[in-house]
Amino acid sequence: MSLLDIRNLRIALNGAWDAEVVKGLDLSIERGQTMCLVGESGSGKSLTALATMGLLPPALKSVAGSITLKGENLLEAAPARLRDLRATSMSMIFQEPMTALNPVARVGQQIEEVLEFHSDLSQSARRSRVKEMMEAVHLPDVDKMYASFPHQLSGGQRQRIMIAMALIMRPQLLIADEPTTALDVTTQAQILSLIRELREDQGSAVLFITHDMGVVSEIADDVTVLKLGEMMETQAIDDLLRRPQTDYTRDLLRSVPSQVPRPPRDGQSNEVVLSTDNLSKTYSGGGWFSKSREVKAAQDVSISLIKGRTLGIVGESGSGKTTVARCIMRLIDPTSGKINVGGTDIAMLSQKEVKPQRKKIQIVFQDPMRSLNPRIEIGQSIIEGPLNYGTPRDAAMTRARELLELVGLPASAVDRFPHQFSGGQRQRIAIARALAMDPDVLVADEAVSALDVSVQAQVLDLLAELQDRLGLGILFITHDLGVAAQICDDVLVMQHGRVVEYGRAGQVLGAPQQDYTKTLIKAAPGRHWDFANFRPFAEAAE
Amino acid sequence: MFGYIVQRILAAIPVMGFVALFVFLLLRLTPGDPAAILAGDTATPEQLEAIRESLGLNDPIFTQFFRWVGQLLQGDFGTSILSGKPVIELIGDRMEPTISLALTTIILSVTIAVPLGVVAAWKQGTLIDRFVMLLSVLGFSVPVFVIGYLMISLFSMELKWFPVQGFRPIGEGLGDFLHRIALPTFTLTLLYIALIARITRTSMLEILGDDYVRTARAKGLPESRVLMRHALRNCSVPIITVIGIGFALIISGVVVTESVFNLPGLGRLTVDAVLSRDYPVIQAVILLASLIYVVINLLIDIAYVLLDPRIRYT
Amino acid sequence: MTDQTAAIRPPGRVSPLARTREIVLSSPLVTIAAVILVLVVLSALLAAWIAPHDPVRLTPSQRLKPPSETYWLGTDAFGRDLFSRIIYGGQISLVVGVAAAIVAVISGLMLGLLAGYIRWIDAVLMRMVDGLMAIPSILLAIAIVSLWGASLWTVLVAITIPEVPRVVRLVRSLVLAAREEPYVEAAIAAGTPPFLIMRRHLVPNTVAPLIIQGTYICASAILTEAILSFLGAGINPETPSWGNIMAEGRIYFQINPGIVLWPGLVVSVAILSINLLGDAVRDALDPRMAKRGIER
Repeated sequence: MSLLDIRNLRIALNGAWDAEVVKGLDLSIERGQTMCLVGESGSGKSLTALATMGLLPPALKSVAGSITLKGENLLEAAPARLRDLRATSMSMIFQEPMTALNPVARVGQQIEEVLEFHSDLSQSARRSRVKEMMEAVHLPDVDKMYASFPHQLSGGQRQRIMIAMALIMRPQLLIADEPTTALDVTTQAQILSLIRELREDQGSAVLFITHDMGVVSEIADDVTVLKLGEMMETQAIDDLLRRPQTDYTRDLLRSVPSQVPRPPRDGQSNEVVLSTDNLSKTYSGGGWFSKSREVKAAQDVSISLIKGRTLGIVGESGSGKTTVARCIMRLIDPTSGKINVGGTDIAMLSQKEVKPQRKKIQIVFQDPMRSLNPRIEIGQSIIEGPLNYGTPRDAAMTRARELLELVGLPASAVDRFPHQFSGGQRQRIAIARALAMDPDVLVADEAVSALDVSVQAQVLDLLAELQDRLGLGILFITHDLGVAAQICDDVLVMQHGRVVEYGRAGQVLGAPQQDYTKTLIKAAPGRHWDFANFRPFAEAAE
Repeated sequence: MFGYIVQRILAAIPVMGFVALFVFLLLRLTPGDPAAILAGDTATPEQLEAIRESLGLNDPIFTQFFRWVGQLLQGDFGTSILSGKPVIELIGDRMEPTISLALTTIILSVTIAVPLGVVAAWKQGTLIDRFVMLLSVLGFSVPVFVIGYLMISLFSMELKWFPVQGFRPIGEGLGDFLHRIALPTFTLTLLYIALIARITRTSMLEILGDDYVRTARAKGLPESRVLMRHALRNCSVPIITVIGIGFALIISGVVVTESVFNLPGLGRLTVDAVLSRDYPVIQAVILLASLIYVVINLLIDIAYVLLDPRIRYT
Repeated sequence: MTDQTAAIRPPGRVSPLARTREIVLSSPLVTIAAVILVLVVLSALLAAWIAPHDPVRLTPSQRLKPPSETYWLGTDAFGRDLFSRIIYGGQISLVVGVAAAIVAVISGLMLGLLAGYIRWIDAVLMRMVDGLMAIPSILLAIAIVSLWGASLWTVLVAITIPEVPRVVRLVRSLVLAAREEPYVEAAIAAGTPPFLIMRRHLVPNTVAPLIIQGTYICASAILTEAILSFLGAGINPETPSWGNIMAEGRIYFQINPGIVLWPGLVVSVAILSINLLGDAVRDALDPRMAKRGIER
C-alpha cells in the first residue's frame, strides 16, 4: 500500500463544480520516494498540497475524491484528528520562509512548539531535541540561533528552520511547496541536498511541488504534470524527461532555457549605444545614529553595450544588478561614475537635463501586474512617451497600433484596460510602450522572471526578433543563468555590488575563470539535462 | 535600541513645538487685542496693562513666542479670567476625576473590545461578526452625550441603580468610587470599544491570512494557540497604536461625559471656560491634553521595541 | 495555450449608476440606511413645507408640553414645536457635514500631494500634521469658537481643521505607495513631467479612498457639530440645529427627556446611515482598503 494515495481529487471554488480548480487528480507516493508535482501557475498543484494537509482556505472547501494517508481518508477526518496527524504523520514547508515564520517569536521556540503539543517531553528534553534537530539541518551555532528572530537569519537559514520544524516529529510525509523558489540559486542547491539527505535519514516520502524543470531533474523519483487542474501524465523522472507522453509536457520541456551559451554573433556594427564608466551607488544609512551603516550597492561597474547585441547582468539577490539598471535609467541617482547614452554622459545631469536623452533608453520591468497603470487604456500608456516629446496624438496612436501588432497583439487592443490581459500579454504591451520611443537601448529588468516558463520562452523569442529587426541594444538583468545563456552575447556577473567576471557569454558561462561564477553555474539546477532535446548533455556529446 | 528611544523622544519635541505654535498663533490671529482676550471683559486698565507687559506685545512676534514658551516651561500658564486664580492651580484641582474616568474607560474598553475583535475575525461573516461590526458602527455614530442621557434615564431614573451625577475620589472608598464612576465609564466606553474592536478585527483578519498562521496550523497546533500566540501577538502593534491615537478621542469624550454627569474634572472646567470665554484656561487645557497625548504615544512607540523584535535593528 | 493567442478578456467595468445600485442593494441594512438618508436630506431641504409649525416662534403658554396631536413630539422650554425644530435642525447638520467633507478632502488632497512629492515640504508638513493631530479635536474646535465667536462660519472652520490632517496622511501614504509602482517609473522613464505624473498616475489612485474618507468626515462633522452645540460652543440657538436643541433641553431632561432623546435619536440614525453607506462603498470599491489607513 502506498503511503499517500490521492484518488480522483476534485476541488471547486465556492462549490461551483462547473469551475473546478483541480479536476480528478490521481497520485500515489511510496515510502522513501520523492514525487514532484509540476505545473505552471493555476495548475492546482499548491491546492492539492493544502487539501492533503486540510489547510485549504474556506472559499475552497468543496472537495471530492479521497486522500488516503496510511489507509486513513484525510478528507473524512475530524479537525482534531487532522491536527494530531499534522507534524506527526505529515508536515509541510512553504515557498517564502520569511513570511512562513512568525516574525515576533524566537525560531527555537517556534520549533519547540511542535513538541509541546505532540509529545510528552519535559521542557529541557524538548529543548535539547530542538537543538539536535537544528544541528541535523546544519545550522551553525545552534545555542545562539535558538534565541534568534526570523529577521536575523538569512533566507537559507530560515528555510532550514522550517525544515527542522517540519521534520522534528519524523513524519512519514513531507510536503514541500516550491521550497526553493524564493531562494538564490546557491542556497537552493543546498536546500535541495538537505531535503534529499533528510529523506534518506528518516525514510520519509516527499511530495515536492515546483514549476522548475531543473529542480525536478535534481530531486524527483517520479513526476506528475498538471495543467489548469488537469492531470497530464505521471512517469518516473528519467522516462518523463526522455519520453514525455503529452504535447503539453513536451512543450514545457522545450521551453526550459538551456544552460549552454548561445553561439556568438559577430557584429555588423561596433557602435556602442550604452556604456558606463566606474558607475557606483552608495546608500548612506539614514538617521543621526547610524551613519556608519553605508551600503555600497554598486561599485565601479563599467559596461559597454553594442548596437544589436544583448548584454546580460547576472547575479543573486543583493548583487546590485537592479541598482545598476535603475541608475542607468536615472530612476535613482548614481553616487559617482559616468553613464554614456548615445555620446552624452547622463550620470550627473538634473532630471530636466536628462529628459532629451530618455528617448534613447527605455525599460521593461519585472512585474507584469504592476507595470501598466490599471486605470488607463493601454493605448494611452503606449503613447504617453511620444506625446511628451511632441508627437501629435493621432500619429502616436497609429504608431501604437502598429507596435501592438509588432509584439503580437491585435491593433484593436489599444482601448482595452490592463486587467483584460494575461501576464505575458501585459509584458508584450510594456515592450510596445518602450519601443514607442524608438529607443537605441532596451533595459529588461528581470522582465521574464514573473512569467510561466512557456510564456517566458515566447517573450524571449519576441525580444530576439525585435532586436534583429530594429537593431536594439538590450541590457538584460536576470538571476537565471539559463535565460542569460539563451539570449546574451556578453555576460557580466555581479556579487555584493562588484563585478566578478565580464566577457563573452561563451567564455563566462562556458569556461568561467572566477570561483564565484563557477559556484553559480554548478548550483544551477538541471544543468546536465538538455531538456529541449530530451536527453542529458553527456549523451549529446557522444 | 537606545538610539531608537532617543530618536523617538527627539521626534516628539517638534510635534509639541507645533502644538504650542498653533495655540499661540490662534490667539494672535484673532482680530482684536490679545491682551483684552486674555484679560476678559471686566478687566481694569491696570490688569490689562499688566498682561500687555507680560506678553511684551511690542517685541517681534518670535520673541513673544519664545518668551511665552519659556513661561509655559516654568509652569506659568496665566491667570483665569473667571476666578482670578493661576490656571495651573485650577487644573491641578480638577485632574483626579478626569484621570479616573479616562483610566477606567481604557481598562474596560480594552478588556471587552480585544476579545470581541478576535472572535469577530475568527468567525468572520457569522452573526457574532456582524453584531460586533454593527456595535462598532453604532459607537462611531451615536453622540456620547446621547448615550449618557440614555444611561441616566435607564439606570438612574428608571432602575435607580446608579446616582444621576457626581464624583467620589477613590481615596474615599473603592465601592463608592466605582458606584459613581460606573455610568460615565459605560457611557464613554462604547466609542472606545468600537474603535479597538474594529482595529482588532481588521488586523486579525489580515494576519489570519498570513503565511505564518498557516504554518502554525500546519504544525498541528490547537486553534486557541494559533489565535493567541501567533495571530493576536502580531496584532499588538496596530492595536496599541490605535489605543494611543484614540486617546485624543477619549479626551474629547471626557469633556462631554463630565458635562453630562456633572463630574468636577478638566472637561467641566473647559466647558465652564467656554461659556465665560476664559481663554487662558482653554489654552492651558489644550496644551496639557496635547502633551499627555504626545507622551502616551511616545511611550507606545517605545513599547513597540518590546512587542516587535524587528524594530530594534531599524 | 500561448499567451499570444489567448483571448483578451471582456471589460469588467460597470456604469457608475449600476454600481451605486449594486452597493445600495448589497445588504438590507445598507438599503435601509440609504432610504433613511434620502428621507433626512429631503425633509431638511423641504423643511419649510413639511414642518407643521414655525420652529422659532415662542409660545410661552405651551412650554414643555408632552407629545400631542398639535405638537407631535411636544414642545421645548419656550413653547416651540420640537418636531419642526428637528426638521429644520437637519439643515445646519447637512450643510456642516457636506461642507466639511468637501473642504477637508480638497485641501487634504492638495497638501497630501505636495507632501508625497516634495521632500522638504513633507518633513515640515508631517510635523505640523502630527502636532495638529495631537490636539483633541473637540478642544481645538472649542478654542476656535470661543476666540472667534459662534457663527456658522467659525463652527465650520473649527470642525474642518481637525479633519484635514487625516486626509493629508491618507493621500500622502497613497501617493508614496503609488510612486513605487513600476508604471509610475515607466512614466518617469518616458519623460513625463512631475505635474503630469501626479495628475495622470497618482491622483486617480486617491479618488476612491477619498470618496470613502469624505463620507466618514461628513458623519464625523455632523457629530462634532452636535457635540459643540451641546457644550455651548456651537451655532447660535436662534437657528435650530440638532445639537443646540439638545443643549437647550438638557436642564429639563428629568421633566421631558424627549427634548434631548428625540433629536439624539435623529442625529444618531443619520450618522449611522452615512457610516453604513461609507462602509458599503468601501467594501464594494476595495475590500482591502481598511488596511490602508482608512479608518475613522
